[in-house]
Amino acid sequence: MNLQSLTRRSEFQWQIEPTGNMRVPAIIYAGEKLVTEMDEKVREQLVNVATLPGIQKAAYAMPDAHWGYGFPIGGVAAFDPDEGGVISAGGVGFDISCGVRALQTGLSATDLTPIKSLLADALFHQIPAGVGSTGAIHLTDSEMDQMLSGGARWAVGRGYGFGQDLERIEEGGCASGARPECVSPHAKKRQAHEMGTLGSGNHYLEVQRIAEIFDAAVASILGLRQDDILISIHCGSRGLGHQVGTDYLKSMVIEGYRPIPDRELACAPIHSDLGQRYLGAMRAATNCALANRQIITHLTRAAFAGVLPGARLTLLYDVSHNTCKIERHRVDGETRELFVHRKGATRDFGPGHPELPASLREAGQPVLIGGTMGTESYILVGTEESERLSFSSACHGAGRAMSRTQATKQWQGRKLIDDLAQKGILVRTRSYRGVAEEAPGAYKDVNAVALAAEQAGLSRRVARLVPLICVKG
Amino acid sequence: MKGVLNRNMTTTESSTRWEHFSHGSDIGVRGLGNTVEEAFEQGALALTAVVADLSSIRPSEAIEVHCEAPDLDLLFVSWLDSIIYEMAVRKMLFAKFRVAIRELSLTATLWGEKVDSEKHQVAVEAKGATVTALCVRRQQNGQWLAECVVDV
Repeated sequence: MNLQSLTRRSEFQWQIEPTGNMRVPAIIYAGEKLVTEMDEKVREQLVNVATLPGIQKAAYAMPDAHWGYGFPIGGVAAFDPDEGGVISAGGVGFDISCGVRALQTGLSATDLTPIKSLLADALFHQIPAGVGSTGAIHLTDSEMDQMLSGGARWAVGRGYGFGQDLERIEEGGCASGARPECVSPHAKKRQAHEMGTLGSGNHYLEVQRIAEIFDAAVASILGLRQDDILISIHCGSRGLGHQVGTDYLKSMVIEGYRPIPDRELACAPIHSDLGQRYLGAMRAATNCALANRQIITHLTRAAFAGVLPGARLTLLYDVSHNTCKIERHRVDGETRELFVHRKGATRDFGPGHPELPASLREAGQPVLIGGTMGTESYILVGTEESERLSFSSACHGAGRAMSRTQATKQWQGRKLIDDLAQKGILVRTRSYRGVAEEAPGAYKDVNAVALAAEQAGLSRRVARLVPLICVKG
Repeated sequence: MKGVLNRNMTTTESSTRWEHFSHGSDIGVRGLGNTVEEAFEQGALALTAVVADLSSIRPSEAIEVHCEAPDLDLLFVSWLDSIIYEMAVRKMLFAKFRVAIRELSLTATLWGEKVDSEKHQVAVEAKGATVTALCVRRQQNGQWLAECVVDV
């Protein structure tokens, strides 16, 4: 991105001043190197988002922002429905409520060493992954609607996990206001056999080791210690969410709000029938994602039970990074109820936030940033300052630095797997091409992204994790 | 931003072909043909090539799809979405397409086979076609182009 088009507000805050039809400025949080490397399309898309009605304060880009669909990926924008605010399918994304869940195992690295290969095989066998995979759960029409209304709560009620899991999931594991009747029969059909599946592409289940603790006090509250073994699950709302995104993107293009600077910004007023139908469907898809990650948690526990019967897997936290949530935020000295879009961005409530469970209130909300199968992941926590800076939002991952096509030209899946095994990382996959496309070198430096989130004041780094086992979607 | 990263000439002399173009974390699909139908067919091949190697797919089973849209651009999106839907619910991959378009109403035959992760080395599933970089038009040389970004 051309730095000359930006006003530098601080070392890690850059502003695009409002011009033309922009109702608010756009703000990018990142250091100079990350901003320089950012696609010019991020600037273009932020400027477009800033023109939408009802937008509050600014259109924001997180340190990992890149070119998206209407909204940049790594984009945050909040809308007031009473000022004509809109909701956008592109501002949420196709994989609605895609997110990351971290499980603590109570094990340390030395416990894992003797059974690492066995565990990798057990996880690969237990958890359906990859294109065309199906789960063991097949829902009837009425069960589908119950799942779409209940989310992870529904899954726990069906025996997939424990009641105490729910308090460590955003919104207690269930998005309220879901309207299964607003989800098309196509979307439901696409999901019928996909419950409990990981998906493909950048989705994964990893066994990770804590390699570094940055904030001992917060780590202690969260129960994180050096060399602890954690599980990280990255996946979303599967076929149902993808179809909801597909259906409503088209509806918004055809019958949504006008005028918009580009049809990829397709949106609908929140106070409109289409806007309300999308909200109901999006929340149902959110519940699908939460139920899916809950079922995968159950499968993970089953895999561990076969290999390490004494292990007790507990939920650290579950964050969604493709969302639109109703939240209360301060704007112009008053608290307002806003619809906050986060596309490839994570909510990060700071310490003391009333919506956090008591066990996390002192620490702040965990922010789980996924890396690649060969690099680090991070656990951060939200700051109080991020409420003012970004409607309590932070980044979600490293972001690609290279296209899939380029990656397959540069790396071979089989060789990558062998090289990673030499480094102690066991990869299990059905597709060498899929591994090549997800090569660690095809992604940006997640360390720089996590550091920038901290330096910008959005969140604080707590722990850095390295992968030991990766089941690729 | 757009640059041709992959090209598959169906014949060395043919102007009918598909390409991929770069988009941040996802991928753009482009079909080129002498007619709009050919461009749509090539766009569909580009879509399948995102998921798997086309040469690994046996076009042994045929299915029919139908879709409509208010304009030609959105018809291309609906067409790709129809294929993505059929891939998802039938667990199939398609390697051959025949398209007929009459007044923004598309009917097509798709030939393919059941997906086999290891045989087809499927890399990624397509989530949906987007309206980003969406364009269907007749170029100055008379050739038709159809393209958009697909979320994977």
